[in-house]
Amino acid sequence: MTTTVLWVTVIAASLLSFGLKLAGHLIPEHWLATDRVQRTSTLVTVALLVSLVVVQTFADGQALVVDARVPALAVAAVALALRAPFILVVVLAAATAAGLRALGWG
Amino acid sequence: MRSAVRQGASVALATGLYGISFGALSVVAGVSVPQTMALSLLLFSGGSQFALIGVVAAGGSPVAAVATSTLLGARNTLYGAVVAPLLGVRGWRRLAAAQLTIDESTAVAVGQREPAATRAGFWVTGIGVFVLWNAFTLLGALAGDALGDPRAWGLDAAAGAAFLALVWPRLAARRAQVVAALAVAVTAALIPVAPAGIPVLAAAAVAIAVGVLATPRTPSERAEGA
Repeated sequence: MTTTVLWVTVIAASLLSFGLKLAGHLIPEHWLATDRVQRTSTLVTVALLVSLVVVQTFADGQALVVDARVPALAVAAVALALRAPFILVVVLAAATAAGLRALGWG
Repeated sequence: MRSAVRQGASVALATGLYGISFGALSVVAGVSVPQTMALSLLLFSGGSQFALIGVVAAGGSPVAAVATSTLLGARNTLYGAVVAPLLGVRGWRRLAAAQLTIDESTAVAVGQREPAATRAGFWVTGIGVFVLWNAFTLLGALAGDALGDPRAWGLDAAAGAAFLALVWPRLAARRAQVVAALAVAVTAALIPVAPAGIPVLAAAAVAIAVGVLATPRTPSERAEGA
């Protein structure tokens, strides 16, 4: 993306983000209090985040690859299971990938 | 109320700190330092910010980047509807409250028993996260600029770990686990054939279908938070 296109992307996403937040503050609560709306919102969040995990870990352009990111993600999962704080999870994953690459793999 | 303030401050510190990883990953993705700061100041929703730079890094289209970010931000509408009656603010304070409506401020606010503690929890957490998230984003962005090859530092792996950490607490319910498995399958199937950004949106579409079509929860599922 060019700088201009990227700026437009950043501003458009920001305006939409604020609009969604403000809409929640302005519309009557019971409009959104239905089970179906709440359930769908929760599931969309889960699906997007899981999908992003897959893309960030296995995609190399349009190819699916297994490299140092995969053991790094496994280390992150173990850290999360042990209730490590967010920043530690991220640092451990980065260190795992960096270490493996320093050893010449992935 | 004092415990709400303490809780809000500790959540703000923990959340603010990972602004470092956002700042570093963003510049590494090819987003400039001012653009990175604009995201933390204006968009201000961690998951959406990581998602947007993820699509940019993968070479996806601007439309895919905005769509992914916006879909992830849709839950903030629900949060706004929950906290607005608890806060009872008007005018410019309502605009400020809207901008500060995120996972963390909502969670601390609804976790309080007293109305005064609810309001204190929301504002301390929201303002605390906003200030620290932006400060640490700047730090990370400047550091990221100086790092050189992001792969040598494992920063590409850090992005996946960040998304995993964001989704982890949301995977307790059975239905969420099923949708997560579907999201993995759809994403992996589409990466080789679809442009960057599309596999993620397809996973969201599957979740919408499940959410709309699924049968209502039984009382026992409800108790488990399914």
